[in-house]
Parts: sequence; C-alpha cells; structure tokens
Amino acid sequence: MNLYVLLKMVPDTVEELNVAGDNRSLDAEYLRFKLNDPDEHALEQALLLKEKHGGTITVVTLDAPEVDDALFTALAKGADRAVKIPADQAALGTIATAKAFAAFFAALPAPLAADALILPGSQAVDDLEGEVAAYLAELLKLPYLGVVCGVTAVDGKVTAVKEFSGGLRGRFEVPMPAVLGIQSAEKPPRYVPVAKVRAAMKAAKIETAAIEPPGPARALDLDHMYKPEPTGRARMLEGAPEEVAARITEVLAEHGVA
Amino acid sequence: MSTAILVLVEQLRGQVADITFEMLGAARKMAASAQRPVHAVALGRDAAGLATRLGAADSVLVVDDPVLDQPTAEAAVAVLQQIMEQKQAGLLLLGGTNVSFGLGTRLAARTQLPFVNFCKGARTDGDALVLTSQLFGGKILSDVKLAQGRGIASIYPGAFPADAGRSDKTPAVEKLALAVPAPKVVFQQYIEPEAGDVDITKQSVLVAVGRGIQSADNVQLAEELAQTLGGAVCASRPVIDQGWLPLSRQVGKSGMTVKPRVYLAFGISGAPEHWDGMQNSECIIAVNTDPKAPIFDGAHYGVVGDAVELIPLLNEKIHAKKG
Ligand SMILES: Cc1cc2nc3c(=O)[nH]c(=O)nc-3n(C[C@H](O)[C@H](O)[C@H](O)COP(=O)(O)OP(=O)(O)OC[C@H]3O[C@@H](n4cnc5c(N)ncnc54)[C@H](O)[C@@H]3O)c2cc1C
Ligand SMILES: Nc1ncnc2c1ncn2[C@@H]1O[C@H](COP(=O)(O)O)[C@@H](O)[C@H]1O
Repeated sequence: MNLYVLLKMVPDTVEELNVAGDNRSLDAEYLRFKLNDPDEHALEQALLLKEKHGGTITVVTLDAPEVDDALFTALAKGADRAVKIPADQAALGTIATAKAFAAFFAALPAPLAADALILPGSQAVDDLEGEVAAYLAELLKLPYLGVVCGVTAVDGKVTAVKEFSGGLRGRFEVPMPAVLGIQSAEKPPRYVPVAKVRAAMKAAKIETAAIEPPGPARALDLDHMYKPEPTGRARMLEGAPEEVAARITEVLAEHGVA
Repeated sequence: MSTAILVLVEQLRGQVADITFEMLGAARKMAASAQRPVHAVALGRDAAGLATRLGAADSVLVVDDPVLDQPTAEAAVAVLQQIMEQKQAGLLLLGGTNVSFGLGTRLAARTQLPFVNFCKGARTDGDALVLTSQLFGGKILSDVKLAQGRGIASIYPGAFPADAGRSDKTPAVEKLALAVPAPKVVFQQYIEPEAGDVDITKQSVLVAVGRGIQSADNVQLAEELAQTLGGAVCASRPVIDQGWLPLSRQVGKSGMTVKPRVYLAFGISGAPEHWDGMQNSECIIAVNTDPKAPIFDGAHYGVVGDAVELIPLLNEKIHAKKG
C-alpha cells in the first residue's frame, strides 16, 4: 500500500498558554511543542497496515518547531520517507494548510494509486477553521471519513471504523485512494528507543518538497484571542498531602460515599 | 442581515440528540435582533415525524430519502448544500459531535462560506455575528466575526441551554425533493459498545485517571482506591488509547456520559471532550499538578498536587476510617 501520514506539531496544552501581542496568536516564547496525539495513532495505523500488506509509508509535514525530531522518530519506527513542505505552519490556517498538502499530492510523479491512503490525524486542539483532513479530501476529490479508530484492507477496499458516542461505532467501506482522519489506531502507538532515533538521524534524510508555498494565511476574520475568565472556580484544598487526603475523606463522607 | 438560519437536526438511530435543541435555542438567540427565519433541517424517512418536537423553528425542512437514514456524512453534505442554495440561507448550525464531524469543513469547502469550529458563545455586533470558540483544550477563547452573519458554525455540546430550543408550537413542514447522491463511503453496520465488566454509568463513585497517572502500575493504585470506595475506575482517552483500561471505561465525547455522586479526577486536564462526559457529576474533586488546569474551573474541589502520591494516602485514610 502507498501510505501517507501527515504529522503536525501542536502546542503542549499542559504548559501555560499566553496570547501574543497581536491578540491573534499564541505567544511563541514559552510554547513547548509536541506531535498531535492523533498523528501518533495515524502513524501507528500506517505501520500496522504496512506490516500486513507491505508497501511504503511517507510522512509529510510543514515546517514547524521540533518537527525534525518527529520525522526522525517516524523513520525510526518504520516510515520509509520523510518529506517537509517548505512553508511555516504557524502562518497558515486550516484551509491554507490543506491547500499546501493538496499541492504536494498534485505534484507527485504519478497520481495517487488505487492502493493509496492519506492518513492525517482526525483533529487538533487549534482547529478553529475546521479539519485539514476533510478539507484536503474536498480539494483532492477523494472519499473521506473522520474520527476513525481502526482500518483494515481487503481486495483494494478498506474497511474503516468510525466512533460515534457512548462507545457506539460504525463500520464503513471506503474505496481507495481515500483520506481517513485517524483518531486512534487499533493498537497503542509503539515505543521506539532513543538509540534507534539517533541512528535514523545519521542514516536517513529529510526531503524537501519542491512546491510553491500557499497563498493567503487565514480565511476567518479572527477578532481576538484571550484567556477564559475562570467561571465557578473549585474550592482549593491546601496543605500537606496527609491533610489534603483527610479533607477529601470528609468531602466523600458528606456526599454519602465511604 | 435577514438571510435564513438553518439548524441540522442531529439524530443517531432515530434518537434526536439534545444538541439539536441547544442549536435551536442558539439560532433563536442569533435570529432575534436580526429577524432571520430559523429552519430546522431533518433528514431521513422518519424526519417528518420529528416536526412536533421542533417547534422552536419557524419551519421544518424535510428530505425523506432512505439513503439519509444511514449515518453517511457524504449524502448529508450534498443535501445541505442544495438546501442552503435553495433557501438562500446565510448561516448553518451543526452539532459539534462525532456524528456531525467533518460536515462543516466540507460544506465550507464547497460553499466558500467561513466555517467556525468549537463555538460556545454568540452575540450580534451591528450586521455581524461574533462567535466565541474554545481552543487548546479549553485554555484559550477566540472571537471570530462573521460579516452579515454568514457562515457555518459547529456548536459545542452543552454550551447553549437546550430549554431555549424547546417549544409546544407546531412548525410548518416542507418536504423537499432533492437529488441524493449514492455515497462512495458506504455504511455497513453499527458496532455495539463492548459490554464491559462494570457499567461505569451506574456507579455512585468513580475514580477517574488521566494521562497524569503516567503508568499502568499507577492505574492499579486507582483500582485499589475504587475498591475501597465501592466504586469503579474510569479514564480519559489517552489512558484508554494506551491500552491501560478497556474502552468501556472511557468517559467523554466518544465514550460514556456519567453522573456519579462523586467523580474523583486524577491527572485529567479537563479538555472539553472529557468534560462533556462528566460535567453533571454531583461533586467533582480534581487533583492536578498544574494550578492552571482547566478542570479546576469546573470542579467543586481542587487539589494542586501529585496524583500518584495522593491516591495511596487517600486509600489508607479511608481504610483507617472504615476501621
Ligand atoms: C473527536 C474527539 C473525541 C474525543 N473523545 C474523548 C473522550 O471521549 N474522552 C476523553 O477523555 N477525551 C476525548 N478526546 C481527547 C481530549 O481532547 C483530550 O485530549 C483528553 O481528554 C486529554 O486527556 P487527559 O486530561 O488525561 O490528558 P492531558 O490533557 O494530557 O492532561 C494530563 C493532565 O495531568 C496533569 N498531571 C501530570 N502529572 C500529574 C501528576 N503526577 N499528578 C496529577 N496531575 C498530573 C497535567 O497537569 C495535565 O493537566 C477526544 C478528542 C477528539 C478530537
Ligand atoms: N501544519 C501541518 N503539518 C502537518 N500536518 C498537518 C498540519 N496541519 C494539519 N495537519 C494534518 O492534519 C491533521 C488534522 O489537523 P487539523 O486540521 O489542524 O486538526 C493533523 O493531525 C495532521 O495529520
């Protein structure tokens, strides 16, 4: 199979986030980046499909902080090629990003084959303008399914499982080539030792895609970004862990528990 | 700005979801000062029968093609695009749920209208509509202006009161005969939720663990605490995705909705998709090392501290008390 996994770096929301002086973006100074969670799963799903059916995995990204680490990690896990599109992701909204990826796929030496799957993550924490996966599918006129949590391939067709809610899922048949927004892989993402990543850094190369960087940055008229006013703030229990544990025990008793 | 507002009635297996009423309420609020008509769009063979519940809309537009009985977004996108053109609708509201996931983005691509995701607030500003979205796991809000109130918005579940979207009135029903293309992505069947060993929706106390719990071994500590309390362990998505607990223990948007007497959240940040599933718990006690974690904005009690340290201590205390 020809598998393309799109990798996106996102701000780690465990860190404190501040709005920059332009009121329209995050203050980059203290941001720490990590790979978008669903992308770890998209890569894992691709690795599982490759193990079963053979083929190649190409990971594709835009330029972003710490993205090279993510690319080398993907190579160490078993991806075959890593390609960077020379455009800064920070300046682009969803639509411009999708256009950049569409240009990348349009510039491939051969059109996407009947065994090709594009696997972006389902969604990210900054998707104000929507999901790249769905937009890209529209641009490439390909079938699309989102919130996918499992993919199997049989006879040129894939079966993909989509999550609804309350644990209910649905099975869909998808003709290839297609775009599937991956929420979680069939198995937890594998771990790769640091030594293997280092080896990949030495042996492998990150390619640069030869495409024109996309035009207009953001489609939406973003007025401003701000931090939410805390609504009903929790009553904070303070003190040494021993005291806190005792206080929680009291609260539990007040609610008729324990 | 007098173009119509459309609300897509959200159904899954014939059940109208609450988000439908939340959206109708939101639409009424957005329509009020601008005198825009509000139309509910109901799809599928049972759609006409739903009209009596949709009185908050001025009319109900029904497309009763059997293809639309299936949860296929492709057919819904094609139909919605036609309705938007036919009715010259300027604004479309969609549920911010897994069921409607991806519809807004695709319609935006086709109609060239702006799409606003994660919308949890709205106000008018002259001719414009200002929508507030929740980003970065609830840590940042962003205001977006829709000129002439034109666009497509995905409405965050629980953000607008459902009662504002319920009414005893009987709206006019209009059947539309539209071309419904056969979807390329073909729905085959539902996969029922795995029956877990315990039903977390029926527990009076839940010990919930998130990524902050750090390891499968530590999940075991939580398991012991749950046993002492006579409850069960549940988790946020990353813990389930790691395979540390089965899917039947997931709380949130894709998982279960729970309402225990006490919800103890250990190492959970309080992302909207998790909050979705536990916000109605009677008492929420959150333990997190990050004093700025969004979960503290909604919890009743908060502790800034290490869950891994606190869980065994708490277990001991409760044991001691039981004697
Ligand atoms: C379509 C879709 C559906 C989703 N459905 C769900 C769903 O059903 N359920 C769900 O939960 N999520 C769901 N998510 C994911 C959701 O967006 C969040 O990513 C997830 O809830 C985060 O889980 P978390 O709080 O455990 O992890 P994080 O957000 O990473 O937070 C971990 C927290 O632990 C704290 N911490 C770290 N160490 C410690 C320690 N030693 N002691 C105490 N605290 C510590 C950190 O400060 C942090 O606040 C969904 C996402 C999407 C896109
Ligand atoms: N700048 C980017 N670089 C690489 N991949 C991206 C980028 N933006 C989006 N993607 C891909 O599209 C998925 C969904 O992203 P988003 O639309 O931002 O939610 C991500 O998980 C990636 O797989």
